[in-house]
Amino acid sequence: MTADLKVRSTDRGRTGRIISRVAIIVVSAIFVFPFLWMFATSLKPTTEVFSSGASAFGSRVEWSNYLTAWTAIPFARIILNSFLVALGGSVLTTAVSLLSAYAFARLRFRFRDKLFALFLGTLVLPQEVLVIPLYILMNKLGLVNSLVALVLPFAFGAFGAFLIRQFILSLPVDFEEAARIDGAGSLRILLSVIIPLVQAPLAVVFVFSFIDYWSSFLWPLIIINDNTQATIPLGLSMFSGERGTDWGPLMAASAFAVIPSILIVILLQKQLVRGVALGGFGGR
Amino acid sequence: MTVLPQLQSRGPAPVPAASRPAGKEQGQGRLAALYLAPGMLGFCLFIVLPLVASLVISLFDWPLFGDPTFVGFKNYATMFSGDPVFWTVLGNTLLFAVAYTVINLVLSLGMATWLHNLGRWGTVVRILFFIPVVTPMTANALIWRLMLSDDGVVNSVLAGIGISGPSWLSNGPLAMTSLIAMSVWQGLGYNIFVLGAGLSSINPALLEAARIDGAGAWQRFSRIIFPMLSPSLFFCTVMTIIGSFKVFTQPFLLTLGGPGQSTNTIVLYLYRNGFSFDKMGYASALAWVLFVIVMLITALQFSQQKRWVNYDS
Repeated sequence: MTADLKVRSTDRGRTGRIISRVAIIVVSAIFVFPFLWMFATSLKPTTEVFSSGASAFGSRVEWSNYLTAWTAIPFARIILNSFLVALGGSVLTTAVSLLSAYAFARLRFRFRDKLFALFLGTLVLPQEVLVIPLYILMNKLGLVNSLVALVLPFAFGAFGAFLIRQFILSLPVDFEEAARIDGAGSLRILLSVIIPLVQAPLAVVFVFSFIDYWSSFLWPLIIINDNTQATIPLGLSMFSGERGTDWGPLMAASAFAVIPSILIVILLQKQLVRGVALGGFGGR
Repeated sequence: MTVLPQLQSRGPAPVPAASRPAGKEQGQGRLAALYLAPGMLGFCLFIVLPLVASLVISLFDWPLFGDPTFVGFKNYATMFSGDPVFWTVLGNTLLFAVAYTVINLVLSLGMATWLHNLGRWGTVVRILFFIPVVTPMTANALIWRLMLSDDGVVNSVLAGIGISGPSWLSNGPLAMTSLIAMSVWQGLGYNIFVLGAGLSSINPALLEAARIDGAGAWQRFSRIIFPMLSPSLFFCTVMTIIGSFKVFTQPFLLTLGGPGQSTNTIVLYLYRNGFSFDKMGYASALAWVLFVIVMLITALQFSQQKRWVNYDS
């Protein structure tokens, strides 16, 4: 593999490498084309979206599409909602996961391993199976159409606790023992010994949970019916429902939705690489 | 890749004795209960309870508003013998699952190997391929709807080379093909990441030694790379299949389940029954059928993994 290229730096190898690089540029360009086309379309006058064919530019650059997208639905509010939900959800998920992970990794109690196995089994349970009873539950609690309803049901999955538990298990117990001898209680140990050591998996859980909340669509579609409570994916769907053929502003709205995600990928590469390697976001 | 070996036993790895607090012989039940309270309360309320409730609701005629009526197994009887749409939807979902999983795994394995050999370039391209995994599916689907419109850019490019492009989203088999293509584009980067991490963990010296011993490319792949990559491949297969059965947003926004029922899927049909047709009981029965199918397929994969997955690396 890698060794092959290094060993044979003959002419044939060098030509092969150039061909391979040109090919990967072409493949990558085709791959990111949909996003480029989104930006191109977001700057075209609506009447020219189809008449301009395969050309990237219309007769003029229509920046006003972004303004239309921003004002046609309460976009500022929707982006704020998305941030509140994703931030609240990922803080809650990370905190709850840490507490459970600590108990499962370090405390002794009856049925611990059985309980953990049961908990872990739900990793493969599709959330889609649960939406009907969850809707009825939220209805009974009077939470339909609230941001709380968007956050609560999905903060208690097994992924975060599992990942942090694995990490804690790999840590030596020496520091905890030392703290215990100095008279620290378990909460003190968790806060001042464990947390500083598990920052990496906490960051992974936080980032993955954030992205999950940010992109979630089916549940907001079910539980929110008012565009002042919508998150970005739902906002986009509502926008396309109201102005389905107005592609310029619709693609401008899509750009608003896509840009934060692209920034996340570029800025948080390290957490993403680690998280994917540990099995995050299964089943996409 | 600590998670991968975990998949082989299904259960959690036992805590090594050394990590248990020494000196305290009795359990720490009360303390544990405190730490576990938030997590387990939420787990019971939002996962276990709804799962059981879903089974109960499926035995009722349950309108959104108004009183539910107990009907026994009527919803299941209707599904299996009185509702042709169910079989269409099930068939569509299976077709999607098989095509999506196979294409995704073959492409991601090929791409991961290619990128692995490209060094620094590979790292950059891998990030590019990860972007659609993270961007909201609604945006992705809308962009593809625009591109695949009758006068969209795909057909404009085809027209440019003299081909009159078809109606991608309003012809049954083509609509399903578009759905699969869009989904593969969206999900590919994830598996490329996982398989790439698996490839990086293979010691290059091993491959070099095999090469010196005269092993050809195919032999090196089938005797070294594939076995050593098999835990990652197993993980990808399990997760990709589960994901493919949950497909919803793509047909909801790209094809609206049509034309006719040709791209309607289980979860889309579940959503429509529950929230458009006011049949929550029937929707719950669909949910349970989905649950049972996913669990059976996952269990089957775990039971078969000894045949091809190799954990002692």
